[in-house]
Amino acid sequence: MLHDTSTLAVAIFAGFVAAVLALSFWLGRKKQSAAAYYAAHGEVHWFVNGIAFAGDYLSAASFLGICGMIAFSGYDGFLYSIGFLAGWIVALFVIAEPIKALGRFTFADALDAKFNSRGIKMAVAISTLVVSVFYLIPQMVGAGSLITPLLGLPHAAGVILVGVAVTLIVVTAGMVSTTWVQFIKGSLLVLFCGVLTALILGRGLQVNAGRPGTENLAPQVRTVRPDGTVLVDGKPQSRDHDLRPVGTIARLPDRFAGKTATGPLRPLEYLAALEDSTIITWSARRHADAEGTHVTYSPVERKGADLLKPGGYFKGLNSGTLAGRLDFASLMLALFCGTASLPHILIRYYTVKDGAAARKSTVVGIAAIGVFYVLTLYLGLGAMTSGALDPTDTNMAAPLLAKSFSTTLFAVISAIAFTTVLGTVSGLIMAGSGAVAHDLVENVCGVRMTDHEKVRCGKIAAMGLGIVAMALGILFKNFNVSFLVGWAFNIAASANLPALVMLLFWPRTTKQGIIAAVTVGMVASLGWILLSADTFEKVYGLAREAAPMPFSQPGLVTIPLGFLVLIVVSLLTPPPAARPGNAG
Amino acid sequence: MTDENAATKSRLGLALFWIYVLLYGGFMGLVLVRPDLLSWRPFGGVNLAIAAGMGLIAAALVLAVVYMVARAGR
Repeated sequence: MLHDTSTLAVAIFAGFVAAVLALSFWLGRKKQSAAAYYAAHGEVHWFVNGIAFAGDYLSAASFLGICGMIAFSGYDGFLYSIGFLAGWIVALFVIAEPIKALGRFTFADALDAKFNSRGIKMAVAISTLVVSVFYLIPQMVGAGSLITPLLGLPHAAGVILVGVAVTLIVVTAGMVSTTWVQFIKGSLLVLFCGVLTALILGRGLQVNAGRPGTENLAPQVRTVRPDGTVLVDGKPQSRDHDLRPVGTIARLPDRFAGKTATGPLRPLEYLAALEDSTIITWSARRHADAEGTHVTYSPVERKGADLLKPGGYFKGLNSGTLAGRLDFASLMLALFCGTASLPHILIRYYTVKDGAAARKSTVVGIAAIGVFYVLTLYLGLGAMTSGALDPTDTNMAAPLLAKSFSTTLFAVISAIAFTTVLGTVSGLIMAGSGAVAHDLVENVCGVRMTDHEKVRCGKIAAMGLGIVAMALGILFKNFNVSFLVGWAFNIAASANLPALVMLLFWPRTTKQGIIAAVTVGMVASLGWILLSADTFEKVYGLAREAAPMPFSQPGLVTIPLGFLVLIVVSLLTPPPAARPGNAG
Repeated sequence: MTDENAATKSRLGLALFWIYVLLYGGFMGLVLVRPDLLSWRPFGGVNLAIAAGMGLIAAALVLAVVYMVARAGR
């Protein structure tokens, strides 16, 4: 579908970026120490850090991706939410305080605290970079693909805009400005999702929402011809001849018989009424011939109760095959274990003053993120029945839902969706800059630097990463990259979690064990992903059946493998020298 | 981690962690093995799939608050 772009959205976004950059320059006006650049002096208030966790963690994938998945496939998007949130339990109960107590600036600091080994620093710095880059690509490509429908600019403009803004944010005041950007973004995101949810409940459910008269339920065909032009139902696409927006209710529950709208509903009433309604979703079927590639969108009448149970997106759950179920179990394990192994999340623990503040900020983060995920369930279901969905683009579900209320709200949500990218990308660039400058240059290569030089080195690394991020965002333009976030979770969980957990709970852990576990976890999970059916189909364009791996998500195998490698290698190498105070 | 108090504290954290593992694992087990049960609607018309999902989110927050308060109380 062609989307009207609003100048108001551009103005709101420009205003936000200008305000954030002004704040960054103001925060960065004084000469900085390395402790300020990497960890904001450890003086961030726990509440601010808690909301900044939400701003760091809730990426465009969380906001637009989950809303879209729920709007198109029903319940399964909520399973992602449940897994994403559960990971914070690992962070709070197992990881937070040791990370805070052991480390100073980076994840490698914490893992290496006991051994002071260059090998550990190098392995962990590389795994930090790999995870951060896998997480960066979908963010940058997302920025590019969102900017066209939201703000009316070309793909590269979105990528460069985000890249330059984020690099400036990080380079001016490092972790201090990154924290405030994430705090502002996290607050706005939760607040406006709350506003949208209130509007959804106020509107209730409507038959044939957004369209007067009887809805035209004929299938729609979108054709892309070899020369790149687009046809809709055989005629060239234009403002006057475009795909019709989709997603409506065909019948309300019996107790609303004879009515076309329920009126305002309470939160649980809304869900119950939706379960008893009949909803029209749209399926897509693709075929190609000499004329071009055709996608036919056809209406499918479905019971609300069927849309609100698992299996709409994770087809493997219904297939009855073991591989399909293992794939799902593996993803849920990776989400659970991955959060607490993501470097850009872990470094936020260095910005608060002590263990108590680390705990309190995690609780605030869990509250904000938990509320957000409950709200996105309503946003997704609201979009599903709003009559405003673009059948070709799941990412547009949340902004188009906002548009079904008012164009002003569309502008605000579009601008917020776009700024969402800023908060997460700045966290990732910060984590990568620490891995390059603090871990690799300073600690592995042993370059001696004054405090001032350390800051400069970090800033140069951040600029370099910003440029790499922009290049990747443009290079991967036509890739379907949404699943890269899942990869990042799998690699983080496989490479980092076993080492971290065993270091904390098994005194016999040796430095060789840690190096081996991080390396094997990273290589095995990455290798598995590159040989999986999903990658064969979506990246290489090969047949799914040709892939050698039995299922696509590696975590179920590679996380235990990391633990196993660590135990075996540790037992084969001499135990670490016993130190007084290490006995308990 | 030589401090005896710290050891008790981390035991509490681990106990709460395992409670959540049971809840999360139990729910995912249900999704994998008995998905038919998730269509059951005991909660004012809301099905078990949604109620349990929201319950898991609420449980994470409750356990986190319990942990924070218990640690601050000592």
